[in-house]
Amino acid sequence: MNTAGERLYNGIVKENPTFVMMLGMCPTLAVTTSAINGLGMGLTTMVILALSNLIISMLRKVIPDDVRVPAFIVIVASFVTIVQFLLQAYIPTLNESLGLYIPLIVVNCIILGRAEAYASKNPMIASLFDGIGMGLGFTIGLTSIGLVREIIGSGKLFGMAVLPASYEPVSIFVMAPGAFFVLALLTGIQNKVKLNLAKKGKDVSKIQSGCNADCASCGAKCGNAKE
Amino acid sequence: MSDLRKVSSSPHIRDKATSSNIMRDVVIALLPAAIFGVFHFGVNALVVLLVTIATSVATEYIYEKYMHKPVTIGDYSAVVTGLLLGMNLPSSAPWWMAMLGSIFAVLVVKQLFGGLGQNFMNPALGGRCFLMISFAGRMTNYAYDTFTGATPLAVIREGGSIDMFQMVMGNTAGMIGETSAIAILVGAAYLLWRGVIDLKIPGTYIVTFAVFMLLFGGHGFDGTYLVAQLAGGGLMLGAWFMATDYVTSPITPKGQIVYGVILGLLTGIFRCFGPSPEGVSYAIIFSNLLVPLIERFTIPLAFGKVKEKGGN
Repeated sequence: MNTAGERLYNGIVKENPTFVMMLGMCPTLAVTTSAINGLGMGLTTMVILALSNLIISMLRKVIPDDVRVPAFIVIVASFVTIVQFLLQAYIPTLNESLGLYIPLIVVNCIILGRAEAYASKNPMIASLFDGIGMGLGFTIGLTSIGLVREIIGSGKLFGMAVLPASYEPVSIFVMAPGAFFVLALLTGIQNKVKLNLAKKGKDVSKIQSGCNADCASCGAKCGNAKE
Repeated sequence: MSDLRKVSSSPHIRDKATSSNIMRDVVIALLPAAIFGVFHFGVNALVVLLVTIATSVATEYIYEKYMHKPVTIGDYSAVVTGLLLGMNLPSSAPWWMAMLGSIFAVLVVKQLFGGLGQNFMNPALGGRCFLMISFAGRMTNYAYDTFTGATPLAVIREGGSIDMFQMVMGNTAGMIGETSAIAILVGAAYLLWRGVIDLKIPGTYIVTFAVFMLLFGGHGFDGTYLVAQLAGGGLMLGAWFMATDYVTSPITPKGQIVYGVILGLLTGIFRCFGPSPEGVSYAIIFSNLLVPLIERFTIPLAFGKVKEKGGN
């Protein structure tokens, strides 16, 4: 399963949707007020992403090119509905705290992006792992942003108080501006780490999003594709 | 720095104005209000001011050392940032809060965007608003020594009356540097005399604001109310010292007037219709963000050019 591993690595490190591709910024900025919310949102998205990638990949020869986006949206929306019902039934607290952002997963650009760029052109197993990898990358991104915001902004970690009571929470970090601060900070740190690794000769990946010569996963028609 | 090697085409104007000279003048002009604040609020105010100044300078020094940039603490801009931030805090502010605000002001608002001249927002006000949002309770705790009270703005908002003379002198509750309109005006007069600032921005700001309050303040032509609005809050400090910040205000003469009008309108709107009695700092940082746009539409005609017909 070489492609599976490669897809997972690609989703988590090389093309991390949050820190490298800057996709799905709406849920990233809105729901990461705590680590548990970030984790919940990330995992929910991952399940939907993996399943929709799988189905879209199965149907890729059936779906006519002209109406592919509506078709993708129908598939994604079905999974979102299923997952929302499951959340309502089994994890109602998470469902409440994520609220509107669960139905909005339908138009999450990561999901449509992967459907368009990868699942509609590649075989089933690879697409499934592409979805899982991207979803894990998204989960890691959201959870780490949520962790930092929760610790600084309310002195807690997964809802448990970890800092002494004398610590006064900097509440701007659980408000909208804090999301931008933390996202920028973590993106900067991961760029720095990748840059350092690249200097040492370990070419992890391109630092910024853009063409990384991985034409299989790229939707842009740039004309550079190796035939 | 390589100031001496900058070559541009003629005509040249010789001038002694350098960043450090201007910033030194601003520090001198701020001193009356700062000294008054220390006398009025006691030693805790002095501690707050010293902490903000020291932290601002130290943050700038450490960041520039660490990033291998030329160290610019000699131009006094970090001192001005620290002093202004300190004057915008209540005297009851704990030292760590003053420190956090200074670090945010210098590191995030100023240095991350490229240092002096590149910041898109007044660093001191950025730091103040950061603290205001994070620690709303502490930032509006005006208790000191023997006196616990509301600011004049809060009093008139509740419909109470205030002692006009005490307010203009500065014997009221408020931020360390904002209470005494007299001391601020002395400093502003010094800056005007030195030519560091001119009347365009503060003048249009204050006039627009006064007109707005007359129209929408709900008190008609009530002189007391108007003076309380002008001198009882952060308006004086904001209009003379923070709205006139070179980096974050428009450079074009027409733009400065537009900027002053926008500031006056926003401050009026925030104070009349907003949830809090004060709105100067949010008005200024919001207007800071509009500056590039204002400048773009107010570029003066170059000498010898004729205005195009039909277009703008």
